[in-house]
Parts: sequence; structure tokens; C-alpha cells
Amino acid sequence: MEENLIKTCLHDRHVAQGALMSPFGGFDMPIQYKGITEEHNAVRHEVGVFDVSHMGEVRVKGPEAYKFVSHIFVNDVTGAPDGQIFYGMMCYENGGTVDDLLVYKVNDEEYFLVINAANIDKDVAWIKQHAEGFDCTVEDESPKYGEVAVQGPKAEETLEKVLGIACKDIPFYNFKTFEIDGEEVIVSRTGYTGEDGFEIYGSHDYTRKVWDKLMEAGVQPCGLGCRDTLRFEVGLPLYGDELAADITPIEASLSMFVKLDKPEFIGKEALAKQKAEGVTRRIVGIELEGSAVPRHGYPVMVGDEQVGEITTGYKSISTGKSVAMAMVNKPYDKLGTEVEVQIRKKRFPGKVVKKRFYDKNYKK
Amino acid sequence: MSKILDDLRYADSHEWVKLEGDIATVGITDYAQHALGSIVYVDMPEVGDEVTAGEEFGAVESVKAASDLISPVSGEVVEINEALEDSPELVNEDAFANWIMKVKVSDASELDSLLDAAAYAKICEE
Repeated sequence: MEENLIKTCLHDRHVAQGALMSPFGGFDMPIQYKGITEEHNAVRHEVGVFDVSHMGEVRVKGPEAYKFVSHIFVNDVTGAPDGQIFYGMMCYENGGTVDDLLVYKVNDEEYFLVINAANIDKDVAWIKQHAEGFDCTVEDESPKYGEVAVQGPKAEETLEKVLGIACKDIPFYNFKTFEIDGEEVIVSRTGYTGEDGFEIYGSHDYTRKVWDKLMEAGVQPCGLGCRDTLRFEVGLPLYGDELAADITPIEASLSMFVKLDKPEFIGKEALAKQKAEGVTRRIVGIELEGSAVPRHGYPVMVGDEQVGEITTGYKSISTGKSVAMAMVNKPYDKLGTEVEVQIRKKRFPGKVVKKRFYDKNYKK
Repeated sequence: MSKILDDLRYADSHEWVKLEGDIATVGITDYAQHALGSIVYVDMPEVGDEVTAGEEFGAVESVKAASDLISPVSGEVVEINEALEDSPELVNEDAFANWIMKVKVSDASELDSLLDAAAYAKICEE
């Protein structure tokens, strides 16, 4: 099985740098270099760089590109200026989530979609299937692009000084396309860490050059281990944990990205109904007393009744607290509800809290 | 290269044990703490619990994962290392000094089936 894993254009760098490698979403990816804690703190307080070349890129182009993107995307891109980026989901008719993604608006006739690595094949098939009848093309450009994420309070300075990319004027959730060494490079002020930062999409060659320059400048390489601890602390979902084919964005407590006032999109009826009637369960935060670590799949209990399940949990590196996101049945989702989490043979008391365990530090 | 002490016995699941009289002191090896990375929690048994050789008696948690602790001996837990409750990272600092539990063993001959330092060193090289 392992021999079928895809290698990103930076794979040889990770191996040479002694990263701990592990399969993720069909790719052989670095989990950590120095250690999850050191890498996590580098991003929170300085700057770190991630290889995120495993992410998928899909280009939608044509006279009806806007109409089609509006059809498959729960957020509303209407009236946006060119260069703006939207976060949201694609949903099935029943409201379950196909994937969560970023939509980059190039112009009204061209959009660039960034999707999760593990979902590339599924998403591309689904997008193409639903594009029938629309006057636009759908291209999976994933194999073409390498991608790095430079994240942390010093990200802007790093791009400007080390990479010579004029990124200062790019606002939060916007992107610019540069022509560098004769090729097109996309730079966006986005990320998955809760810190200021940028994501850079370019050819494999360009991506390797960027990586090597950052390494020469002493920027901390970061693995997927701390990518998860960072996104978790600021309450960002991961498809497979907080979102899935059987979890709607409303249940994931992400309804702010679902624009039910849009004329139509796939899943709208189911989601509108769920919103109106109320969900039976939703994603909440849980804070435990003590320092036992709640992990994905552990039961959430009230008395003898299992009322939910942990979706992601850690002993938070930034706060030291044992915290988790969990899918919890109503009415136990209310803030302050006392629950217990079953960890192996013992139960640990905790309470329902907001699912943001650490404040975001975006530069808006 | 991780540290291995000559006068201890080892389980292939990376616990060490030291027998003094009928009291066995049990911890995890330097190799294990290194493989786990930063330890954030040690799930220990309670004094008075019965543990069985080859069976789980607790867990060690790193940031990313929980690893079961497997008891190398059978008997009654007579002491746990309470310092680890507040400072689990002590195991990273010195895995041999910072033991996890002490067991009054019911059958000292169980230790004969454990590995000596040389045999354990081989396992770590694999």
C-alpha cells in the first residue's frame, strides 16, 4: 500500500532533513521535523513553513463559471472584487459535506478552488458531474502545483525579505498573481493556523526554490503534526473529523458560511430545513479538568448515557489545557454543560465551552 | 543512540523493570520516550490495582498519540510515581530515573522471560 503513496515536489527535502514521514490523504507527508511543540511555537510566535503541496487545485473557467460556482458552493461569491477568497463547503443534496474548500475569484469567468488532499478524486468527479449543462470547464490542476504555507507573525517580513514577494498590500483572504522567473505564482493571505500568513502556489521547480531559500534563511520547517494542533486551537475544522459526508456545516457549527439567502445551491433545501428546525447535534468545545488527553472517537458521557463523541482533542500546546472539539447531542451542547469523557478505563469530568481555545491573530 | 542500562530487564514493548526483593519498579525506556516525543500525560494505575504480565496497565500520551503501557510483571501495585501527575515531562528528561509504578510481584520467575540489556539493544536497532 505504502508504495502507492504520492510524493510532493518537496519530498526529497523532507527526507534529507530527517522529517518523520507518514501517510496522509494518499501522500507521504512530513509529520514533524524537530518536534510538534517546537514547530507549533515557531508559528505562534515567529514564523514556520509547511509543505502543503498535497492540497488539490481545480480551475473553473468559462462564461458560466460564476453561475456554476454559486451552484456548488454554500458561501456567496456574488459581487466580490477580483482577487477575493471565500471559505465554505460543497454539500450533497442531503446537506452532508462533500468537502470544505477555498474559492479564489480570478474574475467572473474564472475561479480557482483549493480542496483537501484526501478528497481530490472524489471532489473532481463530483464537481465535473455537476458541471454538466453549465458553460464552463473544470480542470484538475493538482499535479501541476506545488504549495507552501508560510505562517506566523513574521510571515509578511519573511515573504518580503527572503522571497522578494511584495505581499504587504495583499489583504486578509485576498490573493495576487505574480510573474516570477517567467511563470505564474499565486500568493494569498490565507492559512490554517490562526496566525497571519501566506500560501504560495507555483510550479514544482518554483516551490523547491522557495523552500530552499526559506531553509537557507533559517525558517522553521513544520510538519502536519503542528498543522493540526494549530488549526485545532483556533477552532478550525478538519474534513474527516468535524466535517464529513454525514455531517452538515450547520451541525459543524459553521452556519455563518452557509448563505441561505442565495437563490439556489446544492443542499440548500436540506440545510434550510435543518437551520429552521434546529439540529439534533452539533460540534462544541469541551474543556477537561486535569491533563488526560481526549482523542478522536472517545465517548462523551452524561451519567450512563453517551451523548457524543470527541472529533479532535489535544493537551493544547498554547494554553496547556486538555481540550477537545466534540459532536454532542442536544441539549447537552449548551455552554457550561457538565460532561465526562471516557478515556480508556477512566472518566474525566469537563464542561462544554466555546470551540475556540486560543484567539486568532489575523492581520486584517 | 538511546541509553540502555545493563542491570535492568526489558519488555519488547519498551518497558524496563528492576526487581528488588519482591518489589518490581517499572518504567518506559529511553528509546520509548524518544520515539514518543514530548510526553504530556501519564495514565497510571491506582495503588491496590492488580496488574498482569503482558497486559495494559496505563498509557503514555504524547502530543499526537496515546501509547498503551504493558506490564512486564504480575502483582499488586504498591506505589505510583505521583511526581508524574504534574510533571509528565520528567519521563523525557530521564526515563530510567522517573519510574511509573512499583509492583509487589506474585511470581518473580516471570522476569526470566524478559530481555536482558543486550537483547533489548538489538530490538532497538531493528
